[in-house]
Amino acid sequence: MSTLTADDLRARVGELLAAHPPASTDRLEFLRARFDAGLAWVHYPAGLGGLDAPRELQNVVEAELAKAGAPDNNPRRIGIGLGMAAPTILRFGTEEQKQRYLRPLWTGEEVWCQLFSEPGAGSDLAALGTRAVRDGDEWVVNGQKVWTSVAHIARFAILVTRTNPDVPKHQGMTYFICDMTDPGVEVRPLRQLTGEAEFNEVFLSGVRIPDANRLGAVGEGWKVAQTTLMNERVAIGGNAIPREGGLIGMVSQTWRDRPELRTPELHDRLLKLWVQAEAARLAGTRLRQQLAVGAPGPEGSAMKLAFANLQQALTGLEIELSGEDGLRYDDWTLRRPEKVDMLGRGPGYRYLRAKGNSIEGGTSEVLRNIISERVLGLPSEPRVDKDVAWKDLPR
Amino acid sequence: MSDLLYSEVEEDLRASVRDLLTDRAGFTSVLARTESAEPYDLKLWRTLAADLGLAGLAVPEEMGGQGASYREVAVVLEELGRSVAPVPFLGSAVLATAALLAAGDTELLPRLAGGELIGALAVPLTTAPDAGFPDGVSANTEGALSGSVRTVADASVADVLIVPAVGPDGPGLYAVEKAGATVTEVVSLDLTRRLADVSFDNASSRLLTGPSGAEPALRQALLVGAGLLASEQVGVAQWCLDETVAYLKQRYQFGRPVGSFQALKHRLADLYLEIVSARATARYAADTLATGDSDVPVAVAVAQSTCSAVALHTAEESVQLHGGIGMTWEHPAHLYLKRAKSSELALGTPGRHRAALAGLVNLPPA
Ligand SMILES: Cc1cc2nc3c(=O)[nH]c(=O)nc-3n(C[C@H](O)[C@H](O)[C@H](O)COP(=O)(O)OP(=O)(O)OC[C@H]3O[C@@H](n4cnc5c(N)ncnc54)[C@H](O)[C@@H]3O)c2cc1C
Repeated sequence: MSTLTADDLRARVGELLAAHPPASTDRLEFLRARFDAGLAWVHYPAGLGGLDAPRELQNVVEAELAKAGAPDNNPRRIGIGLGMAAPTILRFGTEEQKQRYLRPLWTGEEVWCQLFSEPGAGSDLAALGTRAVRDGDEWVVNGQKVWTSVAHIARFAILVTRTNPDVPKHQGMTYFICDMTDPGVEVRPLRQLTGEAEFNEVFLSGVRIPDANRLGAVGEGWKVAQTTLMNERVAIGGNAIPREGGLIGMVSQTWRDRPELRTPELHDRLLKLWVQAEAARLAGTRLRQQLAVGAPGPEGSAMKLAFANLQQALTGLEIELSGEDGLRYDDWTLRRPEKVDMLGRGPGYRYLRAKGNSIEGGTSEVLRNIISERVLGLPSEPRVDKDVAWKDLPR
Repeated sequence: MSDLLYSEVEEDLRASVRDLLTDRAGFTSVLARTESAEPYDLKLWRTLAADLGLAGLAVPEEMGGQGASYREVAVVLEELGRSVAPVPFLGSAVLATAALLAAGDTELLPRLAGGELIGALAVPLTTAPDAGFPDGVSANTEGALSGSVRTVADASVADVLIVPAVGPDGPGLYAVEKAGATVTEVVSLDLTRRLADVSFDNASSRLLTGPSGAEPALRQALLVGAGLLASEQVGVAQWCLDETVAYLKQRYQFGRPVGSFQALKHRLADLYLEIVSARATARYAADTLATGDSDVPVAVAVAQSTCSAVALHTAEESVQLHGGIGMTWEHPAHLYLKRAKSSELALGTPGRHRAALAGLVNLPPA
């Protein structure tokens, strides 16, 4: 890691701003220049959007750029690319792959989605059955994925497949980068209980993926996927937010603005949630400080779990606090959003969408299993699938 | 002690209602209807209300009803909760009918009881029994009503509205024909129980009961509504538990049915326990309402604060335990979640009912 300080980074941001004044620079041009200056994600290697700097210093960069009114890369829209694809490519990608994918991923020119879950493989991701069969320099992929968020706007996908059905499930998987514009990739909207079709079904029929788009070794797909999943949990639970950032701020403001809605019981619950939100925020800060000195550990699972609990309790309370308005909804029309807009819509939407927080990216139940087994060291339940070839598994 | 079991007659009634609803209110048709031009199934309503006579179950025979009691109405509501059938039962057969009964009306009551007319009680669905008399609508000396009420259940299909309004002499309950009111359907969180905003601009009305009777009649209607809604909530919870158990038995992950994981088994067992308690409180509320027992206010507060929470918890668990499929529009779980969350607010939240209980059982706040 380099020995850059906060002041060094401020100086670099100053140079970037001087060379590309945000007011007169095209958004994309600015983002590309920022990437090239190593100020995209400072903890990434030099030449790949970073400066090998401590991760915590990213906050300094963000604050300086925000002050100058610089455009951001719309991180929520490209969350899967940033949170899951990028760290995986960085760890397992070849030099060519890193050069090819990371920059447009970060600028948002290319959106990424995650083709992991299948109708028969959700919590048990390693049971997946989408087949990839080698054909010379290419792989031919057939199967169906489901719940694929933002597949409808994605240019690329991280994809896990089964390449060997004759060995136990964790051993026969291989990980690829899939071009969503390739023939044989079909994306169909799947509507959610919120009314929106934010996720999709993706059908892969005879999709040909060059071997050069493989991430990691053949048969090592599970190991690669583990990196993605660890990072996914951190990405969902570990953002830096100010006090009262996010939903708790919104609900607290409603409380302040509308005294007629107050009751002693709601007051008590709101205060408890306020404390819980602050505790989660501080725990998130600790987690990021830990990350700055090491790799994402199982604590990410705990954060994600805490985040889901909090979001659900808060959105449930918000509806109760809304009185009559809590019985209403903003809009049931089928839409295909590019990102989850928790703060932009009404309490009903927030309440319903928050139900997904404990399912997407690993359910709360599975995260509890991970915590109890990997953190607390408790023995796992008897496994019926350990030494059985994937093709012989009961399903 | 009150009878908290189901009688044979009640079980027969349940069976016939369930058969009908299984036939006519299957999930796919209920879901399809939520987005159609006719969100209510008025044909089904006519069968339930008129052919089976369920709209007037608790109305005495001499007033055109079946002369049964709120116990039977509660059983019908359990089944309607299980199917989330889009019919105006709560608004018309429960709330409006109870208000007319309490007001001693003999003109409209037989027509509502016979399913000839649909009624709605013009208060926000969130109104708790102890909320006090609303003042959003006023009546002049000729009985013309002006003002507005938001989020009224089932008003969009009502032929007649029962309106609490403040007249020159004080509170009154008035009946207004549909044509006299402006009814604007709102976008409801609960897709199978619709809400509408209602306004009156010099609407001609008929006085049902004046200052001496209006407040008690409204309160009684709300107590009946809240007490019986508990049974609907039990039906919602029971459906959610049954479906979830069935799903977890057949869903394989990690080479075994997910229902075989102890972490899930215990949660389902807890839900079962919750429903056992909820059902007892709902039965007690229905029984006290049926017999006119003086314990009605306590029974209703206990039932609402229990059943709201249990229905909601079970519906939330149902979505969670179905995993990704539970988050989709195509799976029924969301209709129950929306009903459970809306019902939690309806006719007083659990917190509100606990606060009411504090007064009733002499446990004053700190
Ligand atoms: C909004 C949303 C967005 C999503 N986006 C994506 C995406 O972009 N890409 C992608 O690949 N996937 C995505 N997913 C899929 C998500 O990762 C899966 O839904 C999730 O992993 C659960 O799998 P499942 O739905 O098959 O549930 P199942 O695995 O069938 O689980 C059913 C229930 O059983 C519980 N359970 C399962 N196993 C155990 C166990 N061992 N112990 C205790 N309980 C257990 C689960 O927690 C759950 O409650 C998304 C899901 C949602 C809801």
